[in-house]
Amino acid sequence: MTAGGMEAVIGLEVHAELLTRSKIFCGCSAAFGAPPDTNVCPVCLGMPGVLPVLNRRVVEFAIRAGLATHCRIAPRSVFARKNYFYPDLPKGYQISMYELPLCTGGHLDVLVDGVARRIGLTRIHMEEDTGKSVHDADDGGSLVDFNRSGVPLLEIVSEPDLRTPAEAGVYLRTLRSILQYLEICDGNMEEGSFRCDANVSVRPRGETAFGVKVEVKNMNSFRAVEKALAFEIARQNEAVAAGERLRQETRLWDADREETRSMRAKEHADDYRYFPEPDLAPLVVDPAWVEEVRATMPELPGPRRERFERSYGLSSYDADVLTQRKDVADYFEAGVQAGAAPKEMANWTATEVLRLVREEKLDAALVIRDWPITAAQVASLARLVQAGTITRSTAKGLLPRLRGTGRDPAELVASEGLAQVSDRGALERAVAEALAANPAQVAEYRAGKEKVLGFLVGQVMRASGGKANPQLVQELLRAALAEEAP
Amino acid sequence: MIALHELTLREAAARVRRREISATELTRAALARITAVEPGLGAFLTVCEPEALAAAAATDRALAAGADPGPLAGVPIALKDNICTAGVRTTAGSRILERFVPAYDATVAARLRAAGAIFVGKCNCDEFAMGSSTENSALGVTRNPWDPERVPGGSSGGSAAAVAARECYAALGTDTGGSIRLPAGFCGVVGLKPTYGRVSRWGVIAYASSLDQVGPITRNVADAALVLAAIAGHDPRDATSAPRPLPPLDDLAAGVGGLRLGLPREYFVEGMQPAVDAAVRAAVRVLEGLGAAVEPVSLPHTEYAVATYYLIATAEASSNLARYDGVRYGLRAPAASLGEMYEATRAAGFGAEVKRRIMLGTYALSKGYYDAWYVKAQQVRTLIRHDFDAVFARCDALVTPVAPTTAFRRGERTADPLTMYLSDIFTISVNLAGLPALVLPCGVDGGGLPIGLQVIGRPFDEATVLRAAAAYEHATDWHAPRPPI
Repeated sequence: MTAGGMEAVIGLEVHAELLTRSKIFCGCSAAFGAPPDTNVCPVCLGMPGVLPVLNRRVVEFAIRAGLATHCRIAPRSVFARKNYFYPDLPKGYQISMYELPLCTGGHLDVLVDGVARRIGLTRIHMEEDTGKSVHDADDGGSLVDFNRSGVPLLEIVSEPDLRTPAEAGVYLRTLRSILQYLEICDGNMEEGSFRCDANVSVRPRGETAFGVKVEVKNMNSFRAVEKALAFEIARQNEAVAAGERLRQETRLWDADREETRSMRAKEHADDYRYFPEPDLAPLVVDPAWVEEVRATMPELPGPRRERFERSYGLSSYDADVLTQRKDVADYFEAGVQAGAAPKEMANWTATEVLRLVREEKLDAALVIRDWPITAAQVASLARLVQAGTITRSTAKGLLPRLRGTGRDPAELVASEGLAQVSDRGALERAVAEALAANPAQVAEYRAGKEKVLGFLVGQVMRASGGKANPQLVQELLRAALAEEAP
Repeated sequence: MIALHELTLREAAARVRRREISATELTRAALARITAVEPGLGAFLTVCEPEALAAAAATDRALAAGADPGPLAGVPIALKDNICTAGVRTTAGSRILERFVPAYDATVAARLRAAGAIFVGKCNCDEFAMGSSTENSALGVTRNPWDPERVPGGSSGGSAAAVAARECYAALGTDTGGSIRLPAGFCGVVGLKPTYGRVSRWGVIAYASSLDQVGPITRNVADAALVLAAIAGHDPRDATSAPRPLPPLDDLAAGVGGLRLGLPREYFVEGMQPAVDAAVRAAVRVLEGLGAAVEPVSLPHTEYAVATYYLIATAEASSNLARYDGVRYGLRAPAASLGEMYEATRAAGFGAEVKRRIMLGTYALSKGYYDAWYVKAQQVRTLIRHDFDAVFARCDALVTPVAPTTAFRRGERTADPLTMYLSDIFTISVNLAGLPALVLPCGVDGGGLPIGLQVIGRPFDEATVLRAAAAYEHATDWHAPRPPI
């Protein structure tokens, strides 16, 4: 069987840290980045005799995630203990959910290269995070920071419905986008607030049974997930082609060497000895509460993308770029509200504004509140360009000067005389000067090299300080070059 | 004049409030008594003399200033050593926690402090409350105050022995399968296991979370009611504590007239010590004489209780005790690797019975066995609860012996865990069903050892249990004899 006749089967398990103020079972702050062991108490340190008390906000966040992904919200769900020994697990068990999770049977609609795919969600459940092991080079020992112990997590498990690394990447981005829209997770893979493990197997196309499943861990970015899956699929396909038997195992992605490596082989299968958590009563969720949460749900990225295409006439690509983050989509719509033409506002937002956002890493925040330039300013710029008052290049030049000022660009244009020059006489003189100064290019143009026109336009624009009306300049240049032809 | 340590809790508290005696005098008397009897008894693992005297002095100052320092003001009380006390080591009778000093009070400890109680010390118990004789303590031997060759019962043996020997006016115990009631019965005092959820478990070192409950051990029924009132009630830090208030317990003297008492036939078994059988039947006649209607009833699933308990309790214990891993606190045995450290620490830190139960529980939860053992045990637990539901449709309370025998000899049952487990045959069902039950003295055997009578009530109906027990106590003198120590 050749690799061409094979297909991959991928399921993803995402752990999303929730943005509640306090931890899931105690009152400690769940904030990231505090000095080690400062957000801790007897409960999240697993001291003798302490008991967990469920943070209601965590349940609310989980319900939001469940509703956004079309899950059934169980009226009764049960926390369970997952038992294993590790130094970052202070109680020797993790409080999670097992047989009766809160959310089941949902799906996520994703757009892969413009084609809609529906990916099933097996379940979403709540659990506590562990502490963080710090393998300290100084003395060769290991330390544990328990600040993360008890931070609430959602575990979001997909059906094995994904077939390619690209699909997996889109699924993850879509899921993260939804969690960000819900304002329940900041989706930061580098800081570990959005983590992904993958289960992947291969089988001959057309086969319905699953191949031998390999779990891949330690992927710290979307690119890493895609690369690790691509590597792993290729590895499995080669093994199958070579007639080898695959083993069910856990492999770690090594980002430096760009390969997956088998974890030390376990002597026996994991047995977490799950059983219902006796310190917590079964979780009963009143349907009225679910409806209350449903009423506060924001418009989600998928529907919003469709609306942007429909209502604003945006391309599917632009609509997708603008709706990945709720704050960006809100920004775009604020500009449209302020009078910018949607396509013009979309261009400004998707290119200039998002470039700034990325350069300044503003997208590290869940919600950008301090935009360097307000949507109203961008809308005003867009309107000035639309009206022909200023050129696009003048507008681009103005952009950095508006930062943090709150000034209306129309006012700057007026006070600094930046309005576009459309005076025929003045431009004709500038064109004549440009032709006189560049005889070689003129000759080339006349010899049929029409591309040179762009160069000549640029010369005139530069001479005008960018204020010349480019359409008019082009028109005048063509006319002048034609006139003087022998 | 009666010695201070012979006063009842209620009387001692009243005298302090009336300022006839000071909290300091009362506390000094208790500490003196402890000094006198401890060498032959071993009820305490830690005696908190400086802390107790400081607390008593503070109480006296508050009283002098006209403040109300609470209903238990100035009363020396002891706590089982699996109840966390801020700044005072709390060992659970285990090597692994031998030097563990909590930074926090259990809710019951905090509530007793708030009620004005003075903690004189921490009482010995079976390691992690696993046992029926206190012989599983890794840290000391506790003797029965009635006979030093006998066990005090367990696991709250130190608490019961301390109360019986007049070292304190009350002690808290914990009861997972009979651990308050059995030692109360063996030591001839009163022990009350409240309804599951009545008293907070926060800060109580967990053995089996779905069964554990804290309760008082006292020298009479009224004192048990007083202590219960101080510790009961919803605790936002324990999600399994019930959000329902304890009703007033002031009609203890209302008598048993009109009460319907059930006599479960499964609790009068072959092989029972004849003196126990006779004393309990005599007690039933006393209650009948006081106006109670007694009828035989049946709890058909009783025979499965011990097996069910040893699956559920050990399963929970195997998980609850995983935190004692040498990483953050408690004993850590030196070793070359993490895995070896875990093994060496737990091998050195836990005693044989604790290891046995961890292994049993781990097995019951393991893949391939979970359904057959743990799930099945939970189903049987439901059947046992239904047995009680059915009986309580007709009866207001049940009356049984607390154990088939009186206190046994030290070492007599340690070689055979199964025989030891059967000591709890009459107490375990109550925990599985989450019911309140009280044990009080109802006689002595030929050797002069106390016999305990158990009164079991409906969920959250401690009031009826206390009322029936108070009526019996009032009509008899079995609470009066004091141990020879």
